[in-house]
Amino acid sequence: MCLAVPMKLIEITGEGTGKVDSGGVRTDVVLSMVPQAGLGDYLIIHAGFGIEVLDEEEAHIRLDLFRELAEAYRAQDEL
Amino acid sequence: MNAGNESRAAAALARDIKELCGKASFPLRIMEVCGTHTMAIHAAGLKSFFPPNLQLVSGPGCPVCVTEKNFIDQAVLIAKEYDACLVTFGDLVRVPGSFGSLATFRSEGGRVRVVYSPMDAMGIASELSPRPTVFLGIGFETTVPTIAATIKTAMTMGIDNFFVLSAFKTIHPPLKILAAKKDLNGFLLPGHVSAIIGSDCYHYLVDDFGKPGVVAGFEPLDILLAIQDILRMAVFSTPQIINDYKRVVRGNGNAAALAMTGEVFEACDASWRGLGVIRGSGLTLKGPYSMFDANTHLPVDTPPAQDDPRCRCAAVLTGSTPDTCGLFGKECIPDDPVGPCMVSSEGTCAAYYKYGER
Amino acid sequence: MSGRLIRDLILPRLDRGYLGSLPDSVVLSGLGDSIAYTTDSYVVSPIFFPGGNIGSLAVHGTCNDLACSAARPVFLSLGLILEEGFPMDQLETILHSIAEAADSAGVEIVTGDTKVVPKGSADKIFINTSGIGKIESPVRPSPGRISVGDRIIVSGSVGNHGMAVMLSRAEFSFDFELKSDSASVWPVVERLLELGPGLKFLRDPTRGGLAATLNEIASLTGYGIAIDESAIPLDKSVVAASEILGIDPLQAANEGKIVAVVEMGMDQVALDLMEGCWQARGAAVIGGVTREHPSRVVLTTRVGGSRVVAEPSGELLPRIC
Repeated sequence: MCLAVPMKLIEITGEGTGKVDSGGVRTDVVLSMVPQAGLGDYLIIHAGFGIEVLDEEEAHIRLDLFRELAEAYRAQDEL
Repeated sequence: MNAGNESRAAAALARDIKELCGKASFPLRIMEVCGTHTMAIHAAGLKSFFPPNLQLVSGPGCPVCVTEKNFIDQAVLIAKEYDACLVTFGDLVRVPGSFGSLATFRSEGGRVRVVYSPMDAMGIASELSPRPTVFLGIGFETTVPTIAATIKTAMTMGIDNFFVLSAFKTIHPPLKILAAKKDLNGFLLPGHVSAIIGSDCYHYLVDDFGKPGVVAGFEPLDILLAIQDILRMAVFSTPQIINDYKRVVRGNGNAAALAMTGEVFEACDASWRGLGVIRGSGLTLKGPYSMFDANTHLPVDTPPAQDDPRCRCAAVLTGSTPDTCGLFGKECIPDDPVGPCMVSSEGTCAAYYKYGER
Repeated sequence: MSGRLIRDLILPRLDRGYLGSLPDSVVLSGLGDSIAYTTDSYVVSPIFFPGGNIGSLAVHGTCNDLACSAARPVFLSLGLILEEGFPMDQLETILHSIAEAADSAGVEIVTGDTKVVPKGSADKIFINTSGIGKIESPVRPSPGRISVGDRIIVSGSVGNHGMAVMLSRAEFSFDFELKSDSASVWPVVERLLELGPGLKFLRDPTRGGLAATLNEIASLTGYGIAIDESAIPLDKSVVAASEILGIDPLQAANEGKIVAVVEMGMDQVALDLMEGCWQARGAAVIGGVTREHPSRVVLTTRVGGSRVVAEPSGELLPRIC
């Protein structure tokens, strides 16, 4: 019920609108639900609207967790 | 994250999942509430990691699956009666109504346009003015605020040929009904609906029903981690609500989105395919915004839909497997679907059929 | 619908030997040199898309059908059906593209026909091209030659055409650089023919994309196809678009690529042969033919899971769910 993807805010194009980019695909989106969004932030985009700002710290914490799991698995595997 | 690390992390989580399932003396059934999770799980081939006593079942969070047949019928009747253009998300195009789908109507010359964003529908309304342009409103709490914002923009811009036919639904009412089912051990909770409504609102699952729930993201590793957390709580009977999508979901959700929704919509009763009428589970336009309501301003006489009595979408939506339906794979296939569970690309039956569990 | 039409109405009345196997292009015998012959009608919408238009598509598509029979495309016929009032400037652009595509593919348009029909009888412009190609090699790619252990190669990144067309739809407002890959694949095929009998089968993955072609191979041979998601070349814009719109890039059309099945052990040779050919930039071995899961295509996913790649059904549609 909620296909949405992170896209980088690259330009503010007007009152409550901005341009986002992912992989070279860019689109204008509505920012009224993410008033705290700043240039360079990653926004979760659903149907042409920003619905949240990605918390980069939490994203890093999650990536670190997965890396640790991968390392631990590799170490075990090598035993 | 490189592919090697991703597979290793997945293997580690899969091993933990197998271990946890091994500790249970009972079969474990987790409900994927959200249709997008069903899709992501199939796309990543995650079920191949699960032991036989773990079953994932698709829930009601598939806006196409739970949309009644006569919503399509009503839309087509409106288009014919008022020479209107129907504007829709792609998901709805192949859903069967009583007399064919929107795709059928389009092939007969009906005006049906597919959009990515409800704001694109505004562009179409302006282009086709004064012809009525009716946006078919399907979706849950993630999508509703986007239509609320679009309607507010339509009002500000004075666009008077734009209408919305609402089949919007909210997730808590059906979830409360499903949580009561004895044979469900836990819930994989929707990631982006929760971005809007927050992760704090699911505590009734624990308090009233003793069931764990985990809010999860959509990457394969996010989902595996969430399933591991649900299983741990189910196996050791330590139910909690956990937010495993902290990078997007806050405890109290998105206040701006909730305010937008609250300004434009109010709760109403809604009919869910497979679950019947659930009180307060739908959304309808309110106050000054009701001028955009296609239901009241473009009225048509829609005969009640006749569902095929052999269709078991109702049971499948609430956890049964597709092979319990006599039509599955025979009269009901993706190219020629009977019920929405087969039409929607992430509906349980379509996924089972396409991805091999026949 | 056209499947049933062909099976139930057309074949019973018209098949006298060649038609029954439903070839995309057919090698004719009894005319001296071996000649391949094909026809295709182009009724696409939109008629203009990033990287091409219905005209260039009509040339490339027909050339590619010939190439997949290992025939060098030589001559084309061109049939135009125009809706009354079709803008002349658009027609000029399309004709210019046809000329350019034919010249760079080394084919000559030698006969043609033009009809104008009343407004509403055709959607702007329909094009039919028939093509004649010359078989220059004893290699005859066919599904019957495929064996277990054969390797599957794709000549470059997939889904570009289908995704470029989808992104360019007027109702959507995307900005992007992605273009259709519409091109003649003969230069790639010509190189692969040097594999001799090691080249088993060729197909251009047009409508339905890579998923349709792999399923076709699986169902024609009865063998299983095993592919590796990490090995499938994908343009980063295609990946982005597929995530934004919820569309599977394996189902998106390609108009300048081929899928080749080659003898076990010859995959690196095949890649080396294609090196330096710009139409095969990014070519990769994506998997192989197996005895496991007969008639099914199974994908090993990026995280190491596995799933069946289903036969695509119906049009590509963006999703919100």
